[in-house]
Amino acid sequence: MSELSQAPLGTETITLKHADHTIIKDLSVTFPKGKVTAIVGPNGCGKSTLLNGLSRVHRPSSGHIILESKDIHTMPAKEVAKKLALLPQETSAPDGITVRELIRFGRHPHQSFLKQWGMDDRTAIEFALKAANLEDLGERLLDTLSGGQRQRAWIAMSVAQETPLLLLDEPTSALDLGHQIEVFELIRALSSQGKTIVMVVHDLAMAARYSDYLIAMKSGEIIAQGTPKEVIQPSILEELYGIQCDLLDDPSTGTPILINVRRSGAPVTAKTSAASKKAKCDMAFS
Amino acid sequence: MPFLVQFFQRAPSQRPLSVCFTLICLILLTCILLSLLIGAGSVNISQSWQALIGQGTEEATFIIRELRFPRTLVALVVGMALGIAGALMQAVARNPLAEPGLLGVSAGASFAVAIALLLGASAATLAAGVAQIGALIGCFFVMAAARLQGQFKDPVRLILAGAALSSLLTALTSILLMYDQRAADEIRFWVTGSVAGRALDHLMAVMPYFVIAALLTLYVARPLASMALGEKVALGLGHNPRTIRYLVMLSVALLAGSATAIAGPIMFVGLVVPFAARALVGPDIRRTMIMCLPIGPLMIISADILTRIIAQPTEMPLGVLTAIIGAPVLMMIVRAKRLPTLA
Repeated sequence: MSELSQAPLGTETITLKHADHTIIKDLSVTFPKGKVTAIVGPNGCGKSTLLNGLSRVHRPSSGHIILESKDIHTMPAKEVAKKLALLPQETSAPDGITVRELIRFGRHPHQSFLKQWGMDDRTAIEFALKAANLEDLGERLLDTLSGGQRQRAWIAMSVAQETPLLLLDEPTSALDLGHQIEVFELIRALSSQGKTIVMVVHDLAMAARYSDYLIAMKSGEIIAQGTPKEVIQPSILEELYGIQCDLLDDPSTGTPILINVRRSGAPVTAKTSAASKKAKCDMAFS
Repeated sequence: MPFLVQFFQRAPSQRPLSVCFTLICLILLTCILLSLLIGAGSVNISQSWQALIGQGTEEATFIIRELRFPRTLVALVVGMALGIAGALMQAVARNPLAEPGLLGVSAGASFAVAIALLLGASAATLAAGVAQIGALIGCFFVMAAARLQGQFKDPVRLILAGAALSSLLTALTSILLMYDQRAADEIRFWVTGSVAGRALDHLMAVMPYFVIAALLTLYVARPLASMALGEKVALGLGHNPRTIRYLVMLSVALLAGSATAIAGPIMFVGLVVPFAARALVGPDIRRTMIMCLPIGPLMIISADILTRIIAQPTEMPLGVLTAIIGAPVLMMIVRAKRLPTLA
């Protein structure tokens, strides 16, 4: 509890169910303030469900989600939206919307029926455009942008929301490598401005490189958490993904790189080591 | 002229709303004038004009003041209501084909009225509330069908379900009214709709409902616009999608119910009007609704003028004419390779 009162966001023994199927049971976790936390794990491990729980999309059947020491479900939706921004995995916008119009939606929690549009809204939107490096693209139609630019526009919308916390569900899932890096670098830049960021990331190599804190989940439970170096250990990876591998340090960033990745129990032969070389490339660059 | 060319070359969402709005309002004003001048009866245009500027015969003045003026005013209000109701419903069902007329909301309202008539209410004293209740029940059916739609991701299914409900209710309404032994005119009114022969009293009776619906619509416009980005995003922005959906449907029921109470069930207006509005100013729901305000009356008033011309010296039912305009638009939207997304 003492930990929770300091962390801006956390959970207290939450249980999340889909219909009758329990995805996450009695999970307690806190997210470090001002850091980028990545939640990783195999498909179906409950990482997206956890994020949906944190963002009120999915209401826990028991337990509490604590936002700045208050239960999130006792707070007015608007108050939550001033503290916590959310970018879902799949986004779709109406045809013909411009980047600036999209970003304007981020101001909704700060506006009301009586207070429609003000100077602070304008400032926040200019700031968001600048933060996401979209100043020249403000009047462009969203459909005409590249995947990376589009995703930066969506993130800019949440920047305009001016929340200390940002949740992202697989922010780079549909992007190629260059665009992924573009988006992750924006996320790092936001973090250096003091935002607390929690994201679900599919790609372990990217998660290791761009986050300060890793939470590894399997079957709805947290297997390990800590710095990328602490979490990316051969024994933990075997438990998570059923793979064996060796680790190297990236010479430029110092983050761990997986090499010689193979299915657990598979004998090391010339063939598998060739295959694992390819797998290594896939892991690192997919 | 180069100004107009440049104007239409811009993407719809980037056209200035004020220009589009003014343009349509000018056309609407012309139509309103024509509606006061043109009739199926013996009073011709020049006699009508004389009456309008205060120098007409007693007969012409009477016809314009007591028949054409209320009729035009009713068409104006009903057009606004049905246009906005269609835009709201399409936004909340995320389906460009959703329309209170096609989906059985108007038919629900007429059916409720038919039952009330059968139970002994007289058409003159009938409370508009009866139509509202019928419209509300129709709305619940639509919401249930929209939920099914979510599972199939097929916009046409919702329309099929709605058309089935609508036909059933219309058939039942006809049967009930036949038992009632009243004039065929009244049966026709509650089956196809019309703005003719409506007195200003009818309009005043439903005005409070329109005012409530207008306030509700103003309130939900912003959250509803954010729902076009997806429900999760709307939730993240501090809105409550479920509450918004209920408020929108309540507003649709009030608008379509009141419109039906004064003009009978008029189909396709809620489909064609938002479609035209989006073609002019793009998909943002707030811009669409503002454009529906003049386009809705424009469609009803011009259709109503045609009803007086086509079958002279008698009149054609308005609902028949809106269907003649609306059905091809429906075909066009469905046949388009890619249904325009509202999501």
